[in-house]
Amino acid sequence: MSEQQEHTPAIPPAVERARVVWTVISEKFGDAVSPLDENPTMPFFEVARPELWLDIALFMRDNPKLRFNYMACLSGMDYPGEGKLGIVCNLESLGEHGYTIAVKVKCDREGGVIPSVSRVWKTAEWHEREAYDMYGMTFGGHRDMRRILCPEDWEGFPLRKDYQVQENYHGIKVPY
Amino acid sequence: MGLLDARITKHNVLVTSVDNVMNWARLSSLWPMGFGLACCAIEMMATNASNYDLERFGIFPRSSPRQSDLMIVAGTVTMKMAERVVRLYEQMPEPRYVLSMGSCSNCGGPYWQHGYHVLKGVDRVIPVDVYVPGCPPRPEALIGGLMKVQELIRMEQIGITRAEALKKLEEKSVDPGHLIEDARQGARAS
Repeated sequence: MSEQQEHTPAIPPAVERARVVWTVISEKFGDAVSPLDENPTMPFFEVARPELWLDIALFMRDNPKLRFNYMACLSGMDYPGEGKLGIVCNLESLGEHGYTIAVKVKCDREGGVIPSVSRVWKTAEWHEREAYDMYGMTFGGHRDMRRILCPEDWEGFPLRKDYQVQENYHGIKVPY
Repeated sequence: MGLLDARITKHNVLVTSVDNVMNWARLSSLWPMGFGLACCAIEMMATNASNYDLERFGIFPRSSPRQSDLMIVAGTVTMKMAERVVRLYEQMPEPRYVLSMGSCSNCGGPYWQHGYHVLKGVDRVIPVDVYVPGCPPRPEALIGGLMKVQELIRMEQIGITRAEALKKLEEKSVDPGHLIEDARQGARAS
């Protein structure tokens, strides 16, 4: 019985480590980052001022307390309700502190621009091209902002939730 | 010793029709274009490899469309790839044949409804002679399809169109249901 009383739901170690990371970042950037979402799967915070995303990325990579040296993934997102597009970056401090955290950045749905972090993590170069290809946001400062999967002249952005497939592509019927 | 053998050995004369010889020569040395698109290509490679050994039929992949007379469209044809497939097909010399291998190539396969990027059947861009069903088809199925191409070539004659040859092939076709039923009855009887 006493054992049960002592048992309190433990904070998952991933969340604990993410708290440390978030504290370091929010001390530096203040309101530019949102409060930490402490979900046990992948704790994340959002960059409230997207124009600071590149600075935050550089800080996260180079600060000796953080050393996020590895971008595991960068995915696009569509939020039609908010009129926004966004990215989710999964970052890791591989072989240094073992931190794992996700960062979300949003921009306007029409003509939105997110600063590119392809110079911070080279992995982001193709990932950002993919996000652009599928969702249609552009990445400011990316050196090669072209489509990567779809043909250059493809109409629309296929992973947007309101995507309608084009009728013809070079005279070939597309939908069944 | 048949009549034919006797004529060859004694007089060095072989009597046949030009159609026959040409068709036999062509169907015995089909050279498919060596390119694969998706998972079906793995099965195609397996068919070419030693276990199934297509070379026993004289079928040997060539790496240039200019030396190929058969195009095996093995796998998912994306919209981006479709134009390249057409270009390769156009570079092949006549007479040429197309074998569509697997569900994706036949009709879009699992991308039928939601695959915005997949061509819903390669017959939208090039004419297909033989379809091999399956996802992906086993090597035996591909060999079956290749033998169907050989049958089609055997039906061809100088002066008739491919469509007429296909019609002749259709007249010759056997209902597999009957074959299976016959085999079952034979098994029951014995």
